[in-house]
Formats: sequence, C-alpha cells, structure tokens
Amino acid sequence: MTKIDTSRPETVLPTPSHTVGPFYGYALPFPGGGDIAPVGHPDTITLQGYVYDGEGKPLPDALVELWGADPDGNVPTADGSIRRDPATGGYVGRNGVEFTGWGRIQTDANGHWYARTLRPGARGRSAPYISVCVFARGLLVHLFTRIYLPGDDAALAADPLLSRVDRSRRDTLIAEDDGKGTYRFDIRLQGEGETVFLEFQ
Amino acid sequence: MTLTQHDIDQEIAAEHAAYEKRVTDGAPMEHHPRRDYAPYRSSILRHPQQPPIAIDVSKDPELVELHSPAFGERDITEIDNDLTRHHRGEPIGERITVSGRLLDRAGRPVRGQLIEIWQANSAGRYAHQREQHDAPLDPNFTGFGRTITDADGGYRFTTIQPGPYPWRNHLNAWRPAHIHFSMFGSAFTQRLVTQMYFPADPLFPYDPIIQSVTDDSARQRLVATYDHDLSVPEFSMGYHWDIVLDGPHATWLEEGR
Ligand SMILES: [Fe+2]
Repeated sequence: MTKIDTSRPETVLPTPSHTVGPFYGYALPFPGGGDIAPVGHPDTITLQGYVYDGEGKPLPDALVELWGADPDGNVPTADGSIRRDPATGGYVGRNGVEFTGWGRIQTDANGHWYARTLRPGARGRSAPYISVCVFARGLLVHLFTRIYLPGDDAALAADPLLSRVDRSRRDTLIAEDDGKGTYRFDIRLQGEGETVFLEFQ
Repeated sequence: MTLTQHDIDQEIAAEHAAYEKRVTDGAPMEHHPRRDYAPYRSSILRHPQQPPIAIDVSKDPELVELHSPAFGERDITEIDNDLTRHHRGEPIGERITVSGRLLDRAGRPVRGQLIEIWQANSAGRYAHQREQHDAPLDPNFTGFGRTITDADGGYRFTTIQPGPYPWRNHLNAWRPAHIHFSMFGSAFTQRLVTQMYFPADPLFPYDPIIQSVTDDSARQRLVATYDHDLSVPEFSMGYHWDIVLDGPHATWLEEGR
C-alpha cells in the first residue's frame, strides 16, 4: 500500500515519522555543517549550547538543524550547504560567499553543539528568530523550537508566539547573551526547564 | 530483572489497545508515533512532558518555517544515489532499487528537494564506529546516499538489501530490515525522518519502533511494495515507496517551475 494514487486525495495520508536512531552519524552530518555565515560577514553570530535529557544528562547523539532568515529578514534561496567535489565525492564546504541559512550539527561527546550564522532580521510580526529542528535516538518524532535573540525587549514582547507562552517557560526560547556576538541556547527535552516545543498547524 | 520479548509484546499490545479505544471513543486517527512510547525504552527520558505550543500558520504567512532550505546539483554527486558504486569493488548482498515519489498532503509532487538515506549492510552492520554488532563490515559498502527529487517528485536509489540487526532494547531484540530516510519539503514544517521497511517481514510484530506507529494502516505506509516492473533484468529487485510529507506549507510556490 505504498503506491499513492494522487487522483484519490483521501488515500494521500502522511508517511509516519520514526526516530533518526543511533547510527546516522556517518550519513547526515557533514564537515562545516554549523559554519553557515559567509566568511568575515559583520553580522555573524555564534550560537552554542547543550541538549539534555530528562535526567539532565547531555545527549552525545542529538542532531540539530537550524534554519533562519538573513539580516534583512529575507528567506535564503541559495543551495550549496553541502557542496561536493564531483571528482572525489568529498565535501568542499560552503563557498564562503552565499548564505544558505540552513545548517546541521551533531552534538559532540559532551552533548555540545555550536553554529556560526547570520543575525536574522525580523519577518512579519515576529521578533527575529532562528528555527530549530531536533532529532535524536529515542525521539520518535523530531521537535521544532525557536531561538530568539535577547536585546530588543519591545520586539520580544510583541512577538505572537512569545506573548502566548507562559511567563515561566518563555525564557527557554530566548538565548542567553554571552557577549561578543555569542549566544547560549540549551535544549532540554524533558523535565525541569523543559524547552518550549512547537507544533505547526 | 531481564526485560524479555514477552514483556515488550505485552506493552506493545497494551499501547495498541489504548489507541484503538481512543479512536472508538472519537479521537482522531494518529498518523505518527507518540513521543512517549515506553516499549521503545530510549524514548522514556527523551520526550517532552509539556504539550507543544500550536502555531496556526494561516495567521502568519511570513513564518520562516513555511519556507524550506534549498538544495541543488552542487550538493550531490552523480553516483550518490547508487550506493553500490561508492567503492572500488562490488558490495556483497542482494542488489535492490528503491524508487517512488515525494508528495505533499494534497498529492502534489515535491520537486527539487533533498532525500538522504542510510542503512546497514547485507549482514546487518552499520559502518558506524559505535556499532559493535558482531557481523562483518563490507569494505565495498558504506550505506549512505543522497538524491534530489525530479520534476515529478520522483527519486531512485540503487543499493543492497539491508540485513536485520540486533539491538539492546530488551533481550533478543531485532530490528526488521529497514532503510533510514530523511526528507525536506517545500516548507521546513514538512521535515520528515523515518524508516522504510520491506514487505511481510516476520520481525514486525516484535519491533517496538515500527509498532510505535499504533495505527495499523499508517504502519503499512512504512512498508515498500515489491514491484516487478522496477526489477531490472539480471541486475536488481525493485521496490516502490511513495512518501507523503505532513505539516502545513505555504501556497504552492513551485508550480510551473
Ligand atoms: Fe537502523
């Protein structure tokens, strides 16, 4: 039953999600996956943090994907995040000029991830944010969240999502300013300080 | 106390019965697993306990999540979708082709998007250092491929039939043979990572991962169909698997491309 008859819309039902499992590490991550910012761009920011489970233990096998607008709030349309070398099949990295807006990082053995990207501009009524998708062994369906950057309190207060989130949990969506354009954003999958996750409808 | 297959079978049956009861009582069909599915032990500490915050995308067409990252010819090589050609020699095992279409909920093709796959070799071993299953590695098989969907949403991979493999969820736990798939849609909200299975695998009832999809018809959508027309004479066995991405997305921007 896996040939879909598109002339019968009632038969077009979603393919179920599954966990990414423990062994994606030689397949999905690629060198420079978190080096999203074009080289030397003045709006470059560094994002970093840990992914924790319900016992507060860092996950050494989580996969984090980031997707964000450029500093003017425009959606990037350039491909080339995973550029390849047609001769060797290896990775040549981003070209350092174009901004693809998307990156993929596997947490290291300490459960830590980092990325260098561009400070996103605002779109619509939202305060500037970077969209995050988290995958892990044990996680049967990926999780969406957002990284909002601190600083512009008026914009954060007016954000349609943040204004709906309970005060006590709102800060899980706002990165911590560590100075020099570096921000800390931890992801807690469960328990105390659990990150606010999103469901798009 | 050792956790046995019998223990897990009972938990799987209880979860299945609980789902059937919810549907009988009027709850909607569940296309996806619940994240807190205890028979899969690794889920216990890795699922949120708070409900997610719902975002109605129709109220804000500007959301960046309604767009997708772009991938192109630069991001793949010509032989990425033929996993049997990534080394000098021929990999060991039964050669297969897996082909189908990437669609959205309205049945429209998702064009020009990235599909990635990874899998165990024919002996059931991944080319991953942390994988210590006592089965041989194949020097001619890594088990990882990429492709970009064509104008019809079509994709095609040539690979080797993966073997089933043991894992440590419980005593004597075995995963049915599967290929891991990762897909992008026309919106980031449609992102999907899942696993494709092969027809009539005897391990299905014992596996808490496929059983985490508690809806019987939804589970069937993870199983490819053997397609004799896709089999290549004297070369490979053919399987057909169409993929339907869930999640809302913006107006069909790609039309006419
Ligand atoms: Fe697997």
